[in-house]
Amino acid sequence: MKIVLEHVSKRYPNRNRKVGGVFTAVDDFNLTIPDGKLIGLLGPSGCGKSTTLNMICGLETPTEGKIWFGDTDVTNLSPELRGVGMVFQSYALYPHMTVQENIMFPLGNLKGEDKLSKEEMLRRVKHAASLVQIEELLERKPSEMSGGQQQRVAIARALVKTPKVLLLDEPLSNLDARLRLSTREEIRRIQRETGITTIFVTHDQEEAMSICDEIVVMEAGFIRQVGRPQDVYDEPENLFVSKFLGTPPINVFDAEVQDGRLLIGDAVMFDVPGVPNGPVVAAVRPEGFIVDNKGPLVCGLDLVERMGRDKSVVATHPKLTSARQIRAIIDSDVHVDSHVDTVRFALRRPKTRLFDVQTGERVHFPGEEVVREYQRQKKATS
Amino acid sequence: MNTRSFKGWLYLIPAIAFLGVFVVYPLFDVFIYSFEEGYNSASQTYFGIGTYNYSYVLRDPYFIQALKNTFILVVITVPLSTLLALAISVALSSIQKLKELYQTIYFLPYVTNTLAVGLVFMILFQKTPYSDGFVNQIIMAFGGNAVDFIDGPYWAKMTVMCIYTIWVVLPFKILILTSALASVNPDYYKAARVDGTSSWRIFYRITLPMISPMIFYLVITGFIGAFKAYGDVVGIFGTNLNAAGMNTIVGYVYDMLYGNSGGYPSYASAAALVLFVIVLTITCINLLVQRRSVQTS
Ligand SMILES: Nc1ncnc2c1ncn2[C@@H]1O[C@H](COP(=O)(O)OP(=O)(O)OP(=O)(O)O)[C@@H](O)[C@H]1O
Ligand SMILES: [Mg+2]
Repeated sequence: MKIVLEHVSKRYPNRNRKVGGVFTAVDDFNLTIPDGKLIGLLGPSGCGKSTTLNMICGLETPTEGKIWFGDTDVTNLSPELRGVGMVFQSYALYPHMTVQENIMFPLGNLKGEDKLSKEEMLRRVKHAASLVQIEELLERKPSEMSGGQQQRVAIARALVKTPKVLLLDEPLSNLDARLRLSTREEIRRIQRETGITTIFVTHDQEEAMSICDEIVVMEAGFIRQVGRPQDVYDEPENLFVSKFLGTPPINVFDAEVQDGRLLIGDAVMFDVPGVPNGPVVAAVRPEGFIVDNKGPLVCGLDLVERMGRDKSVVATHPKLTSARQIRAIIDSDVHVDSHVDTVRFALRRPKTRLFDVQTGERVHFPGEEVVREYQRQKKATS
Repeated sequence: MNTRSFKGWLYLIPAIAFLGVFVVYPLFDVFIYSFEEGYNSASQTYFGIGTYNYSYVLRDPYFIQALKNTFILVVITVPLSTLLALAISVALSSIQKLKELYQTIYFLPYVTNTLAVGLVFMILFQKTPYSDGFVNQIIMAFGGNAVDFIDGPYWAKMTVMCIYTIWVVLPFKILILTSALASVNPDYYKAARVDGTSSWRIFYRITLPMISPMIFYLVITGFIGAFKAYGDVVGIFGTNLNAAGMNTIVGYVYDMLYGNSGGYPSYASAAALVLFVIVLTITCINLLVQRRSVQTS
């Protein structure tokens, strides 16, 4: 089911009487979610992810705008008529019911000609349970299961009515790191198997990047960027998105453009013909640093860490604004002398992104797109 | 480990000493009294040991009447007040506007002086030379005959007693149930709504099981409280409860000790123990039912 959000806004009256007015949780959303895809809503806490999800689900009505499921306007339709399944952050499994009763609960709501026989209900429960691989747990109570198992039950309960849209609100946030990894793959598998349009809310960018077909990056009620995870990572449209995606995070410098050259401090990094003179924000991915004895970026060296395949160089630079230290990731076979005080880097253009100082919008320069070309070629040949 | 448990006991000594003197010893004493036949409190002597006190009490028509009154009170007021409190709490938790105001209003009787409460009931039910009481005026407005609720027929007096008891216990129950309802995670309701669950089914299958521990708590304490009714009865019908036919078991115990016909601590003790056995039995049954229903629901 294709979902379209058309100028959707949600405003709450401000609790603080002194301030008055309204608080805009979701601001003028325009978004098309293609059929059968797994979409990640991504953003920091309080940016309006849950609110958006609740509006798609029907638990909240938008203050403005329309929501379409296919050709149907569902803006004012109540949740049960939309054919959505929802998994809550707390799972919301009824603690006094067994797993089977929990999964069967939505089926018990069907009335009239939709009403199912007991056998049919059981068959569907079994089917949903087998999808999430919890057939052996049907007799248990939620309190007798691990977090990951409860999460699967919650998904099974959301799937049992074969919804057209599956909504997941931070379904992994209660799990430990390991279980998160396996469970997110599980969600991916279930989504592929069922082909249900799925919207997945998370504030963990890695989670969204790894399983989603498309991600929607949000900040303070606004959509900042929509796209395939790799595209958004490579080509952030603004500083917020570039900073939000990637671990370790992107390194942001106060920089300047003078006569078509990019300067950090007094050192010239590379040519950026066509970019107007003036201050600019330069953001460099950790993999954008090349250790080079003649490199222009002179940094204080703090630490060299070996992390399996990669080496991480921790360094300092006075113009760095995003954190206290630079984190550069380099190949482990590159030698870095860790006994000296300074390290010099050259920057990779395709891993360096420029942004306007005032607006935070992307400033393009020639030669920045090489990576994608290179990747396309690689994809085509492999 | 040993010093730790020793310390634990040490800290408990004040409480244990206090309980021992004021609870355990009197209980034990009552138990002894109830088997001492013909005890004379002046000379502190008795004839023998046996169950005569019990057979006397159980054959005493006043005790039978008290037992009957207490049971009627319990059977009517406990379920009715719990159901009423549940209905009011659900209504309270589903409204949005003026919620605090309504909650305060329903809780007011709890903090109101008993004398003021008694006065209200007098205005409602008492027949005085000046008025027939508010309820009687209503009855007469609908063409009925005035009833004397305080000195009149048994059922009229029982009605007043039940209404009074329900009214007095209601605020506490509402308080407990509203907080129980508020503590249910709203995600459960959201999940149920997404699945299109009717409000009745939500209440029956989700809300009720979730707050059932609190309901059981209220039923158990309600039973115990109603079995121990006494003060309120005196407040409405005066101290001569036997004459009014409105005595309760605790009232009977009191009369046997200090009333006009008093001075029989042995009979009082026997009656008190009969009450104890009844309350214990009912509470055990309650707990059994609770355990079973919590496991299967
Ligand atoms: N009922 C409400 N009344 C007023 N403000 C609200 C209400 N619900 C949410 N908000 C505000 O709207 C904003 C967005 O909330 P939302 O729950 O959508 O955030 P979120 O992105 O899901 O955050 P998180 O990752 O912490 O779950 C928040 O600033 C929140 O304070
Ligand atoms: Mg949220």
